[in-house]
Amino acid sequence: MPLLNLTLKVWRQENATSEGRIETYEAKEIPTSASFLEMIDIVNERLIKDGEEPIHFDHDCREGICGMCSMTINGVPHSKERGITTCQLHMRKFSDGETIWIEPFRANAFPVVKDLVTDRSSFDRIIGAGGYISVRTGSAPDAHAIQIPKADADAAFDAAACIGCGACVAACKNASAMLFVSAKASHLNHLPQGQAEKDQRVLGMVRQMDEEGFGNCTNQFECEAVCPKEISAEHIAKLNRDYLAASARDSVS
Amino acid sequence: MSASTCSLCAFLKSSIGRKIIVALTGLALVLFLAGHLSGNLLIFAGQEAFDEYAEFLHTFLHGMGVWIARIGLLACFVIHIWFTILLTRENKAARPKYAHEATVQAPKSSRLMIWSGLTILAFVIFHILHFTVRTDCELATLGAESPWKMVILGFQNPLVVIFYLIAMTCLCSHLGHGVASIFQTLGLRSKKTAGPIKFISNAYALVIYLGFISIPLAILLFGFGQGK
Ligand code: HEM
Ligand code: SF4
Ligand code: FES
Repeated sequence: MPLLNLTLKVWRQENATSEGRIETYEAKEIPTSASFLEMIDIVNERLIKDGEEPIHFDHDCREGICGMCSMTINGVPHSKERGITTCQLHMRKFSDGETIWIEPFRANAFPVVKDLVTDRSSFDRIIGAGGYISVRTGSAPDAHAIQIPKADADAAFDAAACIGCGACVAACKNASAMLFVSAKASHLNHLPQGQAEKDQRVLGMVRQMDEEGFGNCTNQFECEAVCPKEISAEHIAKLNRDYLAASARDSVS
Repeated sequence: MSASTCSLCAFLKSSIGRKIIVALTGLALVLFLAGHLSGNLLIFAGQEAFDEYAEFLHTFLHGMGVWIARIGLLACFVIHIWFTILLTRENKAARPKYAHEATVQAPKSSRLMIWSGLTILAFVIFHILHFTVRTDCELATLGAESPWKMVILGFQNPLVVIFYLIAMTCLCSHLGHGVASIFQTLGLRSKKTAGPIKFISNAYALVIYLGFISIPLAILLFGFGQGK
């Protein structure tokens, strides 16, 4: 099996308050079949053996569904490969002798905890501000009890694919959270169950998004290009539309 | 404070609300540019047609028309600039830099909006002093007699034409991203409409660009209007 020798430029930062810096590491004899996270695991084992502090990074499922493996690879969240998370990235996408820059997701609303680990609880607070439906949680209703047009069901499902990874924020030149917020709002706003709280949801989530210190969207669609779930910026247009309508209704009620 | 003013405050403080204001004022300016260009192109119809058009603008609604338009445009311009500077500052503050920066698909025009915009601002100030206030005595005398002759003389200065070309290039770039943005910000862009919107935006920017630069180029390079 071919092996790769790589140079890594990695962001190291002691804790939230300390200054960070780029450190250089050699990643030797990396199998092309390894995932990107496994490559870091290999480097870390050597660091531990040498008595050095391993590179800290977030991960959990390692199969593209949890959204934890946040890191920016050569300036692009989850790497320049489309529609995948870092854990789904394979080392065969790199060539021998390459230098790879690895940094945490950068946004003021995602403070660095340590090395590549960031605190993305601002997303949780946005969900808490309206990204839910208040219903009696009894037994599941019959599937055909509420009829939903196919187009709406599909749109809701596309939006619901968001795993809350934060790559959209990290890729955005303005660290805007619009793709995430619009996906979460659009998911529920497309469904009949979401109608009752629609205005409240849109106004609440956008207010929380602004309070968390995310930037403003400038319609550059960097978010859409890096999203591992390929969420469309169409949902941002819908959020803008829903926000305008909700504000108008709010002003007269 | 009544509930309705409160909702408006919240709207104007929110990122989406401010962007909608930027889009609406931008739209007003975009529509103005189309009208302004159509009028200006009358220059090629000859001195009489152009001067008659200028006369019409200044006497429309007993001279009130031009002032209503000026005040409306100034308001849109100031509001547009105020909010775009505010948004741009917030955006710069929200994002620490990467040691290794990369851009996947954002076009240059979209990343230079504040700079193309500020160049347009500088140009507009110059343009108004040049052709509206007429700080140049010769142009002022000529302008009172015939706006057509004033424009012909005004564009015989190569420095003026160079600045004009730079500003129009910035305007073209601003509009290429800006016009498409209006649709997205107002929530009108979807998978179905994305293609046509991009086309309309680029076509509009190009027409505005070619239309506006045709006048100074015709005068400076081809001596248009100087035979008489
Ligand atoms: C004839 C003059 C102008 C026209 C027709 C115009 C048009 C537009 C349009 C249509 C947009 C897109 C709005 C949206 O995001 O939906 C825009 C955005 C913008 N304009 Fe202008 N503009 C003009 C002058 C200026 C000036 C003088 C500035 C100077 C500060 C400026 C700065 C900006 C910036 C920074 C944006 C991006 C805002 C954002 O996306 O957050 N513009 N403009
Ligand atoms: S919209 Fe895409 S990039 Fe953004 S948080 Fe959701 S899955 Fe991640
Ligand atoms: S570790 Fe779960 S998505 Fe990558």
